Amino acid sequence: MTEQTIVNIGPSHPSTHGVCRVIVTLDGETVVHAEPVIGHLHRGIEKMAENRTYLQVVPLTDRLDYVGSMYANWAYCRSVERLAGIRVPERAEYIRVIVCELQRIASHMMGIGSTGADTGATSAFMYTFAQRDHVVELFEALCGARLTYNYVRPGGVSMDLPDGWVEQCRAFTAQHPPVMMEIDRLLFGNVIARARLKGVGVLTPEDAVGWGTSGPVARGSGVDWDLRRDDPYSVYPRFDFQIPLGEIGDCYDRARVRLWECVESCKIINQALDQIEPGSVHAEGLPRLLAPRPGDAYDHIESARGSLGVYLVSDGSPRPYRMKVRSPAFCNLAVLPLLAEGHTLSDLIVIIGSLDPVFGEVDR
Amino acid sequence: MNIDELREHLCSTYPDLCPLFSVEYGDGMLMVDSSRLHEAASDLRDLGFDRLGMVTAVDTGDEFELVYRVQSREMHAGIFVKTRVARDVASIASVNDLWPAANWQEREVFDMFGIVFEGHPDLRRILLTDDWVGYPLRKDYEDERIIRRPDYI
Repeated sequence: MTEQTIVNIGPSHPSTHGVCRVIVTLDGETVVHAEPVIGHLHRGIEKMAENRTYLQVVPLTDRLDYVGSMYANWAYCRSVERLAGIRVPERAEYIRVIVCELQRIASHMMGIGSTGADTGATSAFMYTFAQRDHVVELFEALCGARLTYNYVRPGGVSMDLPDGWVEQCRAFTAQHPPVMMEIDRLLFGNVIARARLKGVGVLTPEDAVGWGTSGPVARGSGVDWDLRRDDPYSVYPRFDFQIPLGEIGDCYDRARVRLWECVESCKIINQALDQIEPGSVHAEGLPRLLAPRPGDAYDHIESARGSLGVYLVSDGSPRPYRMKVRSPAFCNLAVLPLLAEGHTLSDLIVIIGSLDPVFGEVDR
Repeated sequence: MNIDELREHLCSTYPDLCPLFSVEYGDGMLMVDSSRLHEAASDLRDLGFDRLGMVTAVDTGDEFELVYRVQSREMHAGIFVKTRVARDVASIASVNDLWPAANWQEREVFDMFGIVFEGHPDLRRILLTDDWVGYPLRKDYEDERIIRRPDYI
């Protein structure tokens, strides 16, 4: 055994996908222990929420998972709606499903693209980012913002779909799956990428469940658990879709699960666009200042990273007494030391990328 | 086991707590004494609650309410386990030995509330720096940088 070296990666390093510091103990080039140090992006959003009214918290939730803002909006709004007993119009539920499935595509495009960049296949990044841009343009037409949407509000959504949006969206869902096939060939069929991804960072199903991972990280290990099907919410029971699963839980499986989820998302969007009917997009007669009954409520949705839950406690005042965000990226990142052990330093970068953490959500 | 059988089982195991067990939206709530928390958590895990979804705390003013959410994939059910600890001796048994997911989550609660989890292998601050003074999510936490927003009502 050679002398061990301690290498510090980050916090600001392009390969850590955000502001994550990892203290790596190396024996030669082999990782003996990797310790993630998080909190560099901690803004105290849970504390800030206690000082704002229920509606003012929505823009804060945008800043949690900044590549999947719609999810945090929705999870928070569901929790408020449960707490205050608000019924959401059906059209609004459909719009929420459509935008969140688009958001899943946008978020996974970032995840898959960076997996490619981590393994040296930089061109895949260009293809996925072109796809992501289509989604972001749809969102821009919808609510004017490209990143922090503030679109889903307690009681519905902020505004109805603009004219011609449905056609643009249909054009995207028709164009997207063939591109996914192309990326499957370009990235996952590539000999070098396969060599870098296969068998690296294997997460067993037992560990995946025990460590509380969810989303593509758990499903990559073959854990068949998706809230859209297993704890159905909103109008999801009306759609027909598959849950892609990995086989052995390595980086390859996790990344590939994301790819196929995008294809399934297109199916859901198409069905939702077929079923959606005209109507109101916001609950009628809501007070401008919500002050729910004293009590607590929890609701969760399947975000691009896993089960994203918001726990709210009300004391009857117009501000939340306590807001807790159950962040999937936080729980997913906790398995990093487990996965990295025994692999080389360059594999560690691939493993971090395959967990697809977003530090706005990890650190909150 | 379905959710009704589960309720019966829990009500017979914890007779004094039976009225507190409610099933609302498929979610159950179990209020236990802090000394029996680990026992209840262990029971639930053996009943098939293999996922610890969330650990958090709420500062109620005179004590801390700890909230655990456990999930069963098999039963498609989630249960809240709640317990209360006193402010001045805020400590509770760690459930890290039952679900490793508790590791980071309990560290976060320690970081934000200063609640000590006995038996936790690595209880350090996680989001804040090691030299941070105070526990920010306590209601009596004071920091000059916090700007109290005016009441718009």
